[in-house]
Amino acid sequence: MDLVTREGEFLVLLGPSGCGKTTLLRMIAGLEQPSSGEILIGGQVVNDLPPRARKIAMVFQSYALYPHMTVFKNIAFPLKAQGVAKEEIPKKVAWATGLFGIGHLLERKPRQLSGGERQRVALARAVVREPAVFLLDEPLSNLDAQLRTSARDELQQFQRRIGITTIYVTHDQIEAMGLGDRIAVMQGGRVRQLGTPAEVYGEPADTFVAGFLGSPPMNIVEAAADRLVGFRPEHFLPREVHDGSGALVALGFRVTRVEYLGADRLLYGVLEDKFPGAKVIARLPSTVTLPYEGGRRYEFAVPEKELRFFDRTSGLRTAPRPV
Amino acid sequence: MAALLDSPRWLGVLMIAPAVLYIVLVVGLPFVLAILYAFSGVTMGSRTIEFVGFKNFISVLETTKFQTSLRNTFVFALIAQVLVMVLGTVLAMALLKDFRGKWLVRLLILLPWVAPISLGTIGWLWILDSTYSVINWTLEALGLIGADGWFMWLGVPYLAMGSVITIHVWRILPLATVILLAGLTSIPHDIHDAAQVDGASFWRHLFQITLPLIRPIMLVAGLFGLVFAFTDMIVIFVLTRGGPYDTTQVLASLAFFTGIQAGDLAEGAAIALFLFPLLLAVAVAFLRVARRAEVT
Repeated sequence: MDLVTREGEFLVLLGPSGCGKTTLLRMIAGLEQPSSGEILIGGQVVNDLPPRARKIAMVFQSYALYPHMTVFKNIAFPLKAQGVAKEEIPKKVAWATGLFGIGHLLERKPRQLSGGERQRVALARAVVREPAVFLLDEPLSNLDAQLRTSARDELQQFQRRIGITTIYVTHDQIEAMGLGDRIAVMQGGRVRQLGTPAEVYGEPADTFVAGFLGSPPMNIVEAAADRLVGFRPEHFLPREVHDGSGALVALGFRVTRVEYLGADRLLYGVLEDKFPGAKVIARLPSTVTLPYEGGRRYEFAVPEKELRFFDRTSGLRTAPRPV
Repeated sequence: MAALLDSPRWLGVLMIAPAVLYIVLVVGLPFVLAILYAFSGVTMGSRTIEFVGFKNFISVLETTKFQTSLRNTFVFALIAQVLVMVLGTVLAMALLKDFRGKWLVRLLILLPWVAPISLGTIGWLWILDSTYSVINWTLEALGLIGADGWFMWLGVPYLAMGSVITIHVWRILPLATVILLAGLTSIPHDIHDAAQVDGASFWRHLFQITLPLIRPIMLVAGLFGLVFAFTDMIVIFVLTRGGPYDTTQVLASLAFFTGIQAGDLAEGAAIALFLFPLLLAVAVAFLRVARRAEVT
């Protein structure tokens, strides 16, 4: 694998569990040794350096706060370990806790904190020694859904403000899309694609990326013996809904089931005519009010420019072809 | 009967009864008897018990034998327990890491605990024997001592105390190690990773992260070991019988020799009970601290 971050960038490692993203992060941190290859931080090979010499800071999924220390001591710990002068420590701790608004919690122990507060303490502890790289391992996964949204927002603002290169591991594509400047989609220990959220979503490099991103994922059907064609559920709409600009590919769609999700409706069914028997999903925004029911056939279409082609054996993206 | 077993109340009583009975008969009764004896003039041949108050305690306190034994008890128990805690922590930390032949090391460390203690100690009796000592033989073979420089491991005061402490440590170490290992395993791995990333050196990591986190369990191991060292006499009984000149005599062995072998049950009981208030206080203090220790 070959991966280069840009200065001050927010890079997300995204992939299913077991794809090696956490292992990669731990190798960057120096907690695990790569069997081969080099890791560079700030242009310097750090393979043989212990974690403490790498100028990195890491936030763990469990936050890994020291349970027997107060918040103040937790945040001061990396400073003391680095040999920062005693009178400097309270100032730096005050600065870091100020960033996250946890100045009133200094005397508490971790078990007296809520999930969100623990996460902020972990972030403050990581940021307090001003690292060159900031490593985050699923820091939001222990928060409840409501808190996660606001924490995501805060995290991004904070990263923009301090401008430290950040590598963020997650299996949650919404987090990845929302936070990342660029996303590295990983599977089986490899980077399948590296690009901006729009690139990995709109121009997937292979069928894995196409199938992993998006909820529901891209519909992928067999176009020919050697070729697959994919299209996003939100582009697969009733013919009359398309605005008529650009060429359309018409598809007969037999709906088997309708799922009402509030903001959208999901129509499950199979294609007829062109790719007979292929199971696909259509995602209709709530602005489309046409009635649909299971068991009937409807005329749907996909804009031709929204079709993505893949090689059938390698799964890799290929040039567009007529269908 | 069926109705009895169906009632949660009576079933509970029934289930706990064997344990209560066991403790009352094997621990409680002898303990009460010991207290009775200690305040009486009873000897091996007595048929009646007459109470004499604190006379036994006062008379044993005045003997030099008792004073020496009291001092030896503290020296023996404290040194042994400090060694056990330090070595146990080191061993537990070593066993936490993965290395080749770990199972063998674990087996060897656990061996003293599984082997019957008197057998193991008799083995040591030969190892430390004045004529056949394999240690002396090895030292001589290595040229470190001459043929006339053999150590009398059990025959010289300080060496004898050193020997019994060493064997006691050898024997208690497995238990302490296993308890401490359990404590170390319970620390989430992320905590260690975080300390490493935070730049903690080995010693800072040990003293500020690892040891504080296993403090409650260390206290438990320490309490058990300490009470055990204060009250046990098997090693001393087999190796030195308190000798030479009572330099390894401890209260437990003195109580046995006085009460059982010399037949003065009352004085023996008084000696045995002498440290009971102290040990009780130690136990209560330890358990309180252990409960207060804030670790989650």
